[in-house]
Amino acid sequence: MISLYHPAQSLIHSIAAGHKVLMLLILGTVLFQVDRLEILVVVAVVVVACYGVAKIPFRLAFKQLKPALFLLAIIFLAQIFILGLEAAIFVVLRFAVLILAASLVTLTTMMSHMIEAIEKGLSIFGHWLPVAKISLALSLTVRFIPVIGVMAEEVREAQRVRGMERNVFALAMPLIIRTLKMGTEVAEALDARGFDSDDETDAKSRTS
Amino acid sequence: MNTKDIVYIALFAALMAVLGVFPPITIPSLGVPITAQSMGVMLAGGILGAKRGALSMILFLVLVAAGLPLLAGGRGGMGVFSGASAGFIYGWIVAAYVVGMIVERSWGKLNMVTAAGACILGGIVVVYAMGVPWLSVTASIPFMKAFMGSMAYVPGDLVKVVVATGVILTVKRSYPLISAKA
Amino acid sequence: MIRLESVNVAFDGRVVLENVTVQLQEQRIGIIGLNGSGKSTFVRLLNGLQLPDKGTVYVDDLDSQQEGRKIRRRVGFVFQNPDNQIVYPTVREDMSFGLKNLRFPKEDIEQRIEKALIAYGIEHLADRLTHQLSGGEKQLVALVGVLIMQPEYIVLDEPTTLLDLKNKRLLMSIIRDLGQRVIMVTHDLDLLVDFDRVLCFHDGKLASDGQPASVINEYLQLCDQ
Ligand SMILES: Nc1ncnc2c1ncn2[C@@H]1O[C@H](COP(=O)(O)OP(=O)(O)O)[C@@H](O)[C@H]1O
Ligand SMILES: [Mg+2]
Repeated sequence: MISLYHPAQSLIHSIAAGHKVLMLLILGTVLFQVDRLEILVVVAVVVVACYGVAKIPFRLAFKQLKPALFLLAIIFLAQIFILGLEAAIFVVLRFAVLILAASLVTLTTMMSHMIEAIEKGLSIFGHWLPVAKISLALSLTVRFIPVIGVMAEEVREAQRVRGMERNVFALAMPLIIRTLKMGTEVAEALDARGFDSDDETDAKSRTS
Repeated sequence: MNTKDIVYIALFAALMAVLGVFPPITIPSLGVPITAQSMGVMLAGGILGAKRGALSMILFLVLVAAGLPLLAGGRGGMGVFSGASAGFIYGWIVAAYVVGMIVERSWGKLNMVTAAGACILGGIVVVYAMGVPWLSVTASIPFMKAFMGSMAYVPGDLVKVVVATGVILTVKRSYPLISAKA
Repeated sequence: MIRLESVNVAFDGRVVLENVTVQLQEQRIGIIGLNGSGKSTFVRLLNGLQLPDKGTVYVDDLDSQQEGRKIRRRVGFVFQNPDNQIVYPTVREDMSFGLKNLRFPKEDIEQRIEKALIAYGIEHLADRLTHQLSGGEKQLVALVGVLIMQPEYIVLDEPTTLLDLKNKRLLMSIIRDLGQRVIMVTHDLDLLVDFDRVLCFHDGKLASDGQPASVINEYLQLCDQ
């Protein structure tokens, strides 16, 4: 599994994942209260400087913005006509700053740390949330993405032989049936290894 | 929530990721590329039902937020959730729920019309009902402009409705996971 | 000892196991039979994955209808496809899954994992991603993931079907050395020659039962019919 993490040793890398997410949430909330362009520019400079501190190459930083560029350009043009140039710059810059800041968190945090932080955050709500089940579900998903990926590739090969590789139905159908079949077996294997979910009382409900 | 439910929720989240790397198909007359991922939203609701479907979307988005580049086109990380098009992505959670709810309620008499209706209402109407206002508010552009701009993707979504409807009906016959709700 | 008394299993009214009464106490027992003869249904009864429609299954005098949870602790189960039973992205994490379910303390879990990795010769796999392992390595990891929970019985349903000859031999050498009692379904008849007992199922009935050589012989005649 390739994550977006960019390994390096830096101050920003070493901040705890949970703290980074918290700071990001605060920044997001604050930015939508700000209405002066000067303040926004200062924040933008700080965020870009943080990329420097985190030793992230310019190319990689730009790559985070790229998928949003098309939409940002449209918004920019629309804004010029509606509210004028300054407002257009303001709105687009705010998005760029938010996306860059959020991407910085992602680029400097290992996925396993991020998931640990999520689980830790959830455990505060341990009374209301089934944390063990959630963390099992997270692991299962990461584990089964490559498994289902291989299945999808096999289905595509098989349909290519029949000249159907562009028929989405012919690709999706066997993939989904195989996924569901696998689900039954995975659940049995989990139970066989002692994962007794709480509200499971008799074996009938598992096997039926 | 028993073990099987947890597994299906996780497997559909994983399936969403795999649908994201299916190469997008460009239908020449439409111009915009269509990816299989948003079809996964309809499938999750229509196959797993409302609750499990919505939970699988949340799970998928949590992993995206955690830094896995699982959205179509290899996008991921927290940046996705603060962009102008984030509303569409949040919309997936509600969409899967609505598709699932309609399919559950019409389970006994589920047919082409009800299944397609569920996919259109949940997979298109709900998604745009959340995506367009978000776009309009966060980017400060008038609602109608945001609305018209988003319409380019609807024809592609209708193609997905057709496929998803077929899959949901076929799975109901061969591997039903939903039990009827009143 | 595992004991089945007049056990019947039916799916949608179709009987797939009929009036099976048997006691299992040998160290190594093989199960053979044609596809669909009821082998998997039989072994799934042994750890409560399947409950009988009629009759009773006892594991060390625990009734599977009542004591499913305790029985699953005693009877470890290895499936045909290791992909479906490895839960975690890395081998080490996967090893900890069963132990966590048994509520071992954290330090204890780490120690047991280290010991098991070395004992079964897979310490080099510890930090590998599970989906990148070869088929044989995956099946080993799946087996060790069950062994680490120290069950008293190990049930294996066609564990060698997806393996090449080399990995088949490796897996069998580990199974041979196990202290636990082993009950294994297989189509590889040559793996069973030194087993203590072999059961052959046919059309949902226990068709023959006894020494490997004679049961295998009867099975081969059955195949020729
Ligand atoms: N969950 C199930 N639902 C319906 N039929 C089943 C189920 N599991 C097994 N069967 C049927 O029971 C019979 C015996 O199956 P099984 O025990 O898996 O055989 P084997 O492992 O010897 O190939 C087969 O005819 C199979 O189709
Ligand atoms: Mg079988």
